[in-house]
Amino acid sequence: MNLENYIKARRQQKDILLMTHIVLGYPSFDDSLRLVETMVKAGVDLMELQIPFSEPMADGPVIMKASQESLENGATLERCFETAEKICSEFDIPFLFMSYCNILHKYGFQPFAEKMKAIGIKGSIVPDIPPEDAQDYTAAMKQQQLDPIFLFAPNSSDARMKTIEKTGSGFIYCVARTGVTGSNTDFSEDISDYLRRSRAATDLPLAVGFGIKEKADIDAVKGFVDIAIIGTESIRVMDASGLEGVDRFIRSLA
Amino acid sequence: MAEGKAGYFGEYGGAFIPEVLHATFEELNEKFTEIKADPDFWQEYENLMSTYSCRATPLTYADNLSRHFGGAQIYIKREDLNHTGAHKVNNVMGQGLLVKRMGKKRVIAETGAGQHGVATATMAAKFGLECTIYMGEIDVLRQRPNVFWMERMGATVVPVKEGTRVLKDSINEAFRDWVTNMDDTHYVLGTACGPAPFPEMVSYFQSIIGKEARRQSLEATGKLPDSVYACVGGGSNAMGIFQGFMDDDVELVGVEAGGHGIDTHLHASRIASNDATVGVAQGFRTYFLQNQDGQMNETHSVSAGLDYIGISPLLANLADQGRIRFESATDVEVIDALSLTMKKEGLIPALETSHAFAQAFKDAPKMRSDQTIIINQSGRGDKDIFTIADAFDDPKWKQFIIEKARQYES
Ligand SMILES: Cc1ncc(COP(=O)(O)O)c(C=O)c1O
Repeated sequence: MNLENYIKARRQQKDILLMTHIVLGYPSFDDSLRLVETMVKAGVDLMELQIPFSEPMADGPVIMKASQESLENGATLERCFETAEKICSEFDIPFLFMSYCNILHKYGFQPFAEKMKAIGIKGSIVPDIPPEDAQDYTAAMKQQQLDPIFLFAPNSSDARMKTIEKTGSGFIYCVARTGVTGSNTDFSEDISDYLRRSRAATDLPLAVGFGIKEKADIDAVKGFVDIAIIGTESIRVMDASGLEGVDRFIRSLA
Repeated sequence: MAEGKAGYFGEYGGAFIPEVLHATFEELNEKFTEIKADPDFWQEYENLMSTYSCRATPLTYADNLSRHFGGAQIYIKREDLNHTGAHKVNNVMGQGLLVKRMGKKRVIAETGAGQHGVATATMAAKFGLECTIYMGEIDVLRQRPNVFWMERMGATVVPVKEGTRVLKDSINEAFRDWVTNMDDTHYVLGTACGPAPFPEMVSYFQSIIGKEARRQSLEATGKLPDSVYACVGGGSNAMGIFQGFMDDDVELVGVEAGGHGIDTHLHASRIASNDATVGVAQGFRTYFLQNQDGQMNETHSVSAGLDYIGISPLLANLADQGRIRFESATDVEVIDALSLTMKKEGLIPALETSHAFAQAFKDAPKMRSDQTIIINQSGRGDKDIFTIADAFDDPKWKQFIIEKARQYES
């Protein structure tokens, strides 16, 4: 089943799905495996595996530090692929890569997509490839029946949303606010206008992320989107209270 | 100058930016197109630069150096005589006028050597804008005097502790600020790099150097120079002077940071070494010093301003076309060239600038005395006094610092 259909089928059983995120190799590759296990058992529906990049322009201090430490501990692309392959073979939910353009560009978009396919990764989120420059990337992904996920922002015009949704597939990642990952987002504030515009712009499932950190945030976007994305907060929880904390945290969101 | 797709120079350039910045870049592209087509804008810009900075900067005949090498006649384009002491102010004032047209209230900038930060803080003070400067922690340490001036002019200087704590990391931090505050903030990028339209826009403002140098060369010698030398960090002073001679039979020489030597990997030579490969980072596509996974390498140079992983997409394209010869100068060669220039001409080029001098000094003796060269003196070296004093291991300076520290302690 492709990603879009998986999300739509799953939504028949749940009001909103949960996507979580880890940085591969942080705090170690063994921990990455255990984190995924914990999250899958706690009931997440899909996951982003971030391949660390030395220049993570769209990330805030928490993910930036995790990426840097992973690289300092010797994370290589090969190691990320190996770990991702293990993860995909052991757990039965869709996994996506998140990274920056240069990681794919350096490996080659086509070989990278082939590698993803071979490993069992379903799609990728690359925030610094805009639709205007996405041709090689999307062509390579589509050739392997993989989904390049693109992003909406609150300041994307309706026309711009149309362009973006035509370029991507799988689902649309709605960035909840301006800024980088990890800062607070006020979900009690009205983002429903933006999410309504997003809904009108595409038939693809919608995910919302950037700043979600508790059940109340998820409840606030229920009915507007299909997926809530937890990024930075689970790293904070992991740093503060380990795997048990992560387990408790994920279960508290359901 | 762009061929094919907008914002591209050959296969280099583009705008690899997150979606939140799309609208901001649309506005910037629009405004830049508008001012390029408006002759009044360039007039306003030249007026500002001639009354606030020291334009036109002179072309100085270096008779002692010319005689010393016994080859080509050496001329020096004096960007060091600009207000704030470097070519950086050309770009900053141009973008400042643009900010006024866009009605934004705040500016942010990255800085390596601190020259661009000082220029931006100056512009912000003059135009009444709020100002935040991002600067790698290592650069804060090696360029303290510039930090002092920025803060005195009312700017907030944020030391960047992430990554390798140099220029590239301050660019990442500035972008992180911008994706949060783009509605009222303009990012004054300091070199001919980054997402389009920055490489072209910065080169456009810096072209004032080449326009003047071409005219001044004809006035002084009745002909165009045989070769023009510029140091290359991101590439803005080089693009600035080179544009005056692009369509002429004039050799253009870009000099990159050779650090400890290009066979040591401790350098910042993207084109002159074989270590760089094409990549996409910091919002654009060009040659980067990166490893096989696409992670950026640590670079090294005695000069903070050349200590950078990438190079202007305009220069990468001109390098492919063979229009520019790229060379590198090591830290040691740079200090020697600086020393000689001070003794022979009483000029103090910045450490960045001294790279251009070092290469020119290798070539000049092999040229005929009826040939001429121009070296772009992109900035003055006063800001580097601590680094240069260390390089010369100057005992009297050390004694002064020790005594000064003692005064503060008591
Ligand atoms: C005096 C001086 N020259 C040159 C440079 C390098 O920049 P670019 O290559 O953009 O001219 C700097 C940068 O800080 C500088 O301060």
